[in-house]
Amino acid sequence: MSAVPRHDSATSRVEVDYAGGERLTMNMGPQHPSAHGVFRAVLTLEGETVVGVDAVIGYLHRCHEKLAETLTYAQYPSIASKTDYVAAMTSEFAYVRAAETIGAIEVPKRAQYLRVIAAELQRVASHLLWLGTWCMDMGGALGGGATIFLYCIREREQILDLFESLVGARLLYGFYQVGGVRYDLPPGWVARCRETVDLIDQRIGEYERMLEDNPFFLARARGVGVISRELAEDVGVSGPLLRGSGVAFDLRRAAPYSSYEDFEFTVPVETEGDCFARYRVRMVEFRQSLAIVRQALDRLPEGPISSRPGLKSVAQIRIPKGETYARVEGARGEVGCYLIADGGPKPYRMKWRGASFSNLAVLPHILPGHKVADVVAIMGSVDPVFGEVDR
Amino acid sequence: MTADQAVTLIGERFPEAQVERGAPDRPGDPLVVSLRLDQWVPFAQVAKDALGCRFFAFSTAVDWKEQGLDVIARVDNLDDRVSVLMKTRLAAGASSCPSLAPVYRGADWMERECYDMFGIRFEGHPDLRRILLSDDWEGHPLLKSYAVDTPHPPYR
Repeated sequence: MSAVPRHDSATSRVEVDYAGGERLTMNMGPQHPSAHGVFRAVLTLEGETVVGVDAVIGYLHRCHEKLAETLTYAQYPSIASKTDYVAAMTSEFAYVRAAETIGAIEVPKRAQYLRVIAAELQRVASHLLWLGTWCMDMGGALGGGATIFLYCIREREQILDLFESLVGARLLYGFYQVGGVRYDLPPGWVARCRETVDLIDQRIGEYERMLEDNPFFLARARGVGVISRELAEDVGVSGPLLRGSGVAFDLRRAAPYSSYEDFEFTVPVETEGDCFARYRVRMVEFRQSLAIVRQALDRLPEGPISSRPGLKSVAQIRIPKGETYARVEGARGEVGCYLIADGGPKPYRMKWRGASFSNLAVLPHILPGHKVADVVAIMGSVDPVFGEVDR
Repeated sequence: MTADQAVTLIGERFPEAQVERGAPDRPGDPLVVSLRLDQWVPFAQVAKDALGCRFFAFSTAVDWKEQGLDVIARVDNLDDRVSVLMKTRLAAGASSCPSLAPVYRGADWMERECYDMFGIRFEGHPDLRRILLSDDWEGHPLLKSYAVDTPHPPYR
């Protein structure tokens, strides 16, 4: 094998100095099962080795930022959930936090706890979908591939059932509202939630044993797709990817919001920066999220669930002039909403910082030098959701 | 590096930059630094090297109509929790701004999006082309002059 040609990742152009062999340009996507959405990677290959990547995104673009300028503060939160549809609670959370920060709107303690419970269950549901699909991508290495996927979907369904009985919806919720949350817990919900949390906690251990006792899984995850700490910060990679690259940064700990300072949890950090490190971080996060849910259920305060009266019109919420950047720790990392209010019922400008967008931007820097099969494993470990990449 | 030290350092190196601190009851607020256009890239280099803000959170723009366009970037020091929100103003009708991509690799995609949505030409960007919209798209949707219902066949 000749030396891998130099790939100038800043330009996504390839300068080839190969000796012999042919170069092939291959479209991976936009309809590729491992993309988990519509994503096209134009790979330049030398044999099986990737030497250049041009990532083509935008297939799901709906211009949420323009849309937000046309919708009121009461209307947009339920639309926000359509950015990251796998963790819909997260983007609603970021948007209402931005509006509340500018408007100095208090959120009752009970509503803050309900927000935390929803956000953490959402993280578990999102990580379950990631684990299942990632393992399916790596297919044969896991004895047929779909096994873990079906297990994970089975557990995720239980969380979606909880959301359904809470909100009435399974995928896109509209649970968060400026000033609080829309619904209080229905009777019997807490007990069902505890059962689900215990069940998932136990099952996570089963998956860990299934995967980490499997030498094929380890071979495909260890040492593959290494993101250095320097690269991760420079590109703006966040969430489990950043923590997998040795940075102990979690917004729930670094800049607590919505009463996260009340809960005990650890922030997992791995230093290798490879697919396995990202996997380990998420596996620990499962348990930490479940622990936070338990604590929140134990100490759930009584009281109102919103500081605002019921809405009589969609234009009722007015936010004074101002701007802020509100961020929350989503399942994929820092989800931020940069909001500029002009005193009217609608924002003047809203910018989404989608965690998946910045996480995906690291791919052109790390894929060169890997085999095509590893591209699938690396992309899965990044866990992009294209609704959030393209917004 | 504390926020106080950062403010002092910015004052020494960039005396013309305006620095706003967040409210004292909100310690997590970023330092908002308004810069002249020619200080945009030098400041980013100082923020990265001297302030330790190595994490590139995002960059974007705001259309203030006849007052021009604001270009905004946020960088964070993840160890010391110091954050800087950089701003610079492009004069009305101007659409050229120096690129941060040589300083932060994260600016690559962010500035492509900004070009796509606002038509801002980032000088020195290695690969400035549309990222979310198709290459044959006309106009830049996040400009205030671009109506939400602008038709564009064959897209809807």
